[in-house]
Order: sequence, then structure tokens, then C-alpha cells
Amino acid sequence: MEEVGLISLGREEIGGRAVIEAVNLGKTFRDKKRGEVKAVDGVSFVCRPGAIYGLLGANGAGKTTTLRMLATILEPTEGTARLCGQDVVEHPERARQYCGFLSTATALYPRLTAYEMVEYFGRLNGLDSTTLKKRIDEIFARLDMNGFRDRRCDKLSTGMKQKTSIARTLVHDPPVMIFDEPTLGLDIMTARTIIEFIRECRDRGKTVIFSTHVMREVEKLCDVIGIIQNGKLLAEGTIEQLRQRHGLNDMEDIFVKIVTPHYQEAV
Amino acid sequence: MSLRNIGIVYRKELTEALRDRRTLITTFLVPLLMIPVLGAGFTGVMSAVIGSAKREKARVAMVGGEDSPGVVQALGRSAKLKVLPAAQNWRNQVVDKEIRAAVEIPPHFERDLGKGKAGIVTINVYGGELKSEMAAANVESVLKEYRDSIATGQLEANHLSAELLRPFDVKRLNIAPPEKTAGAFLGGIIAYMLILMCLQGAMNPAIDLTAGEKERGTMETILSSPVSRTHLVLGKFLLVVTASLVTAMLLLFSVSVSSTMLQKSGVLNQMADEGEAVPELALKPAAIASVLIMTIPLSVLFSAGLFTIALFAKSHKEAQSYIAPLMFLVVIPAISAMVPGVDLTPKLAIVPLLNVSLLCKELVTGEYHWNYIAIIFASTCVYAAGALYLAVKMFQRESVLFRS
Repeated sequence: MEEVGLISLGREEIGGRAVIEAVNLGKTFRDKKRGEVKAVDGVSFVCRPGAIYGLLGANGAGKTTTLRMLATILEPTEGTARLCGQDVVEHPERARQYCGFLSTATALYPRLTAYEMVEYFGRLNGLDSTTLKKRIDEIFARLDMNGFRDRRCDKLSTGMKQKTSIARTLVHDPPVMIFDEPTLGLDIMTARTIIEFIRECRDRGKTVIFSTHVMREVEKLCDVIGIIQNGKLLAEGTIEQLRQRHGLNDMEDIFVKIVTPHYQEAV
Repeated sequence: MSLRNIGIVYRKELTEALRDRRTLITTFLVPLLMIPVLGAGFTGVMSAVIGSAKREKARVAMVGGEDSPGVVQALGRSAKLKVLPAAQNWRNQVVDKEIRAAVEIPPHFERDLGKGKAGIVTINVYGGELKSEMAAANVESVLKEYRDSIATGQLEANHLSAELLRPFDVKRLNIAPPEKTAGAFLGGIIAYMLILMCLQGAMNPAIDLTAGEKERGTMETILSSPVSRTHLVLGKFLLVVTASLVTAMLLLFSVSVSSTMLQKSGVLNQMADEGEAVPELALKPAAIASVLIMTIPLSVLFSAGLFTIALFAKSHKEAQSYIAPLMFLVVIPAISAMVPGVDLTPKLAIVPLLNVSLLCKELVTGEYHWNYIAIIFASTCVYAAGALYLAVKMFQRESVLFRS
């Protein structure tokens, strides 16, 4: 029998080429009080399979907007991005099939059971009944979710909810995973589950991008780091590259050094 | 256009709606119970009030009349009246409802009558108050009888025929078929209730599927799935329409069951005046079917309208506060249709809501003006399509979906 890993490479052989490409990505919001606000301004980067790209920034730096544009929840006002070659502006629905999106804002439907929740997203991703059932059984067994598969989501504990959310993002086995501050507001044990899950995604060859403002997570997880402030990508590189470039060892010091001049500008 | 995706969204929303207590109450319980409860309450109160007023021996004060015993005695003989001497404050007594009416007899009334000089008897009533009006009517009929007897006596004294008093008689006869008499009365109410239920049934799901989804944080989850926003909004919208139509259907079901039962109970025979045909309340199947067909575009219009408005809100509460003023906009045309004498005209046939209310009023009475039916169905479809188009467009707008 063919062994199906929880997280396989995705539907295509992707090799070492870029799977997420942001090209001069920008987003301008119109705000009644502040007028036009450039939340993201000319951001370009590339994420490759089997690596975790960490988007590091303070609150309001533009992390969420960037990731929402990659997940095609928001439409860019400038530039574009491609997920597995699918343009998020031209074919948002196709691009979405290649990605799983998880954030603390992506809640579950309270009146659906854990099983129904995952099944719903499987169906929306175009899986047929047989494949879907097999896939859900695998995921539920692997994440140890069978104890609460028929319990309504509003009756689940935080940990169970997180597992259900993970199952929801994985049901269509996407090659790209986008995490927007996935551990925000979670207790240590639940946060660890998420961190382990992100690492596992990478080990299985998925392309992962995640945003955070927690330095420890960056140091533990990220292969490549992008530092963002005022919607602009200020620095990019591996932790080693950033350390050498700025002559500092601590990630927090590096971050503060890079961001400070721009931060004051923003104030 | 993928019907599959719309179907997936619809099925999921249906599952959730059937597990939502609020939706269950507004969609199933309210339309089923409203008519029997309102109907029983209303007819109960009415028959109690009318019955007690009919049985009551009304207390009537006699102001003056000490020198006119004939008229006072005539009033005293009436089984429906209890004649009392007037107190000093008889005016206040009438206003305070201590007595039902006060009859003022001018001084020397009977002496003047003998001389052929006509005096004026005044009945002081509390205008608009049912029991006072009924007492006054009794007083008046006694006085008329008394007047006729005097006139007859005078005619006879002069050897003239009493027929001279009434050279001819007048009679009013209701020739409208019984179901039309009832329809004219019931049609307006049914149309009003139907419009209200259509709106009410759509309200909770419309809020739950838009603002509710934002509030619970599931909007971002669903937007990250590959389903297109058009399919998503159409699936959701269909559920809202379903809820609205089910509510309307249950209301019509409840109306037809209640009216049939009311017909059989015989309460109507009691309420109808003697000699008149008993109104036919039970709705004809054709009337129910045609009203139901008119309900479809109306439901679409309400659902799309409510959906669009609720989409702007960030929470259930906020959505409710946006929708509350809308209720007035809907209730006003619905009530206008109940006003007797407001009938369909070519101009009114294109006024949204008012046209449907007026048409429903006609349909219930069994009148089918096909030209109006066509115009109203078509115009409501146009309004509904416009509202749906707006809902779909709004759902594509980030500024609406992610309003902060």
C-alpha cells in the first residue's frame, strides 16, 4: 500500500524553484481620517520549498496585509504575487487551491462538528467524496482527533480547536502554507503544537511563510527572515547573514537596529 | 458558474441554520404561532367586550325632565337602560366612564310638544368609547320610538293615516359573495403579515451569515478557501431566501388552518348581524398558491436587501441597529394597503412592497387582474435582481468585508 504522509509535497513536483513570489507587492487603503494609507509598499521576496520564511515586524508593520494578499483574501493595489506560478490577481481562486492559510483570526464554525468543518473545506477544495473521506481519516488519526470528531466546534477546547484548524488547512494537502501570527494569544502547550506543525510542514517539503513579532520563534524556526516596517521590506537574509551584516548576535538587537530609524519616522 | 460550489455552501449554511435556536424560532415558531395567538387573543377580547357591552344595563343620567314624565318613563321602561337622576357633576361622570351617557331634556319639553313646538333632546356621550356609544344608540332608539308614537297619536287625532310618517322604506343588502366580504377585511391583514414574515424570516439568517460570520472570525477562514466570492455569496443568499420563504409558507399554512377552524367554530355566526350572510374566511387553494408565487420575488428582494445591509455591520448587534429603521420602511407600505379604499392603480403597481400588499389583498378575495399580476411580478423581480446584484457586488468589496 502506498504510504501517504500527512504532509506530502503537494500535487506537483516543485523542485527547488520559487513557490511564493511577491513582486513589488503593495496595498493602499483609503481611511476616512488618515486619507490614503500605504499598508504595504513595494515588497518583493521569494520563498522556496522546504524552507520557512519568517516575516518579522512590529504591530501594524504590514505583515498581516502582506500575508492576506498572498492568500488572496485581499487584492493588491500594486504589483502582484504568484503561488506555484498562479497569479493572485489574475487567478485568485486557482492560487488559493495551492495554499493553506492559518491565523488566529481564522476561527471555526461554531455549529459544525470538527469533522464537518474539515469536510466542508475539503469539498470547497474540490475533493471527491472517496478521496476526502480517506484524507480526513488520515488527518484525524494522525492529529489524534477522533475523540472529538463529532463534537461541535463551540464545545472544543483551545487545543482541539487548533488541531481542527490545522486539519482544515491540510485537508487539500497544499504545497504552500501561510501562517499569520499563528501563536498569538495561545498558551505555551497549544503554541508548541503549532510550532511543531510548522516545522513538520517544512520537513515535508512545503513552502512556508509565517509572520510573527516573537524573536524566539524566529530564531527557532526561520530559514530566511524578512524584516518589515511601515509596509516596506527593510532587510532580508538568513539569521547568520543578518548577524554578520549588522555585527550583532541577538536577533532582537538586530531587529531594533534595523527598524528604529523607520519606526521614529512613522511616529 | 459552478452550481456544485454554490450547493456545498448552501448545504453547510443549512446545517448551521438548523442548529441555530434563533433561526429556528423566527423561521418556524413565530409564523406558526403568531396567527393563532393573535387571532385567538383578538377575537377573544372583541367578543368579550362586545358581549359585555350588549348585556350591560347602561347607566344613563337624566338631566332635567322633571316636568316631562312621559319621556322619562319611556326611557325607564327600556330593559337595556338604567335611568338615574343626574348628579351635579354629570359631565365628569360621563368623561370618567362612571355613567355611559347623560340625556338632557329641555325645560317644559312635553308642554311645548303639546303646543307643537319642537324641543331638542341632547344625548351627551363619550365619543369613540364603545359602551358609551352603544348606550347612546339605545337611548336614541327609545326616543325615536317615543317620537313616532307621539306623531302617530297626533295623526290619528287628526284622522290621518300613520303611513304619512313613512311614505317609503329604505333597505341595504350586501350582495358581495361571502368570501369577498371576508377577503376585503382579511386580505389586507394577510398581506401585511406576509410581508412582515418574509422580512422577519430573512432577518436572522441574513445577519448570521454576514455580520455574524465577521463577529465569530470565520469570514477570513472561508475567504481563504478556493470557493469564489460570487459562489459563496450566492450559496449564503439562497439560504436566506429559503428561510424567508419557509417563514412565509408556514404563515400561510397557519392562516388557512386558523381561518378554517374559526369558520367551523361558529364564532363568526355570532359576530355577523342577523339576516346577513356569514363571511367566508377559509382561504381557497388558488388564493394561497397565487399569494405564495408573489412571495418568491418579495423574499428575494428582502433577502438581498437585508444581506447587503447586514454585510456592512461588524457584529450581530450592529446589524440589528441598521435593520431596525428598515422595518418602518417596510411596515408603512404594508399598512397603507390595509387602509380601506386603497386599491391598485397602474401607478401604484410599480411602487415596491405597496404593489405586492395591494395585489395580495386582491388575490385573497379571489380577484385575478392578470395585467396587474404580470406588472407586479415583473417589477418585483426587477427590484429583487437589483438588490441581489448589489449584494454580490458588495461581497466583492474589501472595504465592506474588512471594515474596521
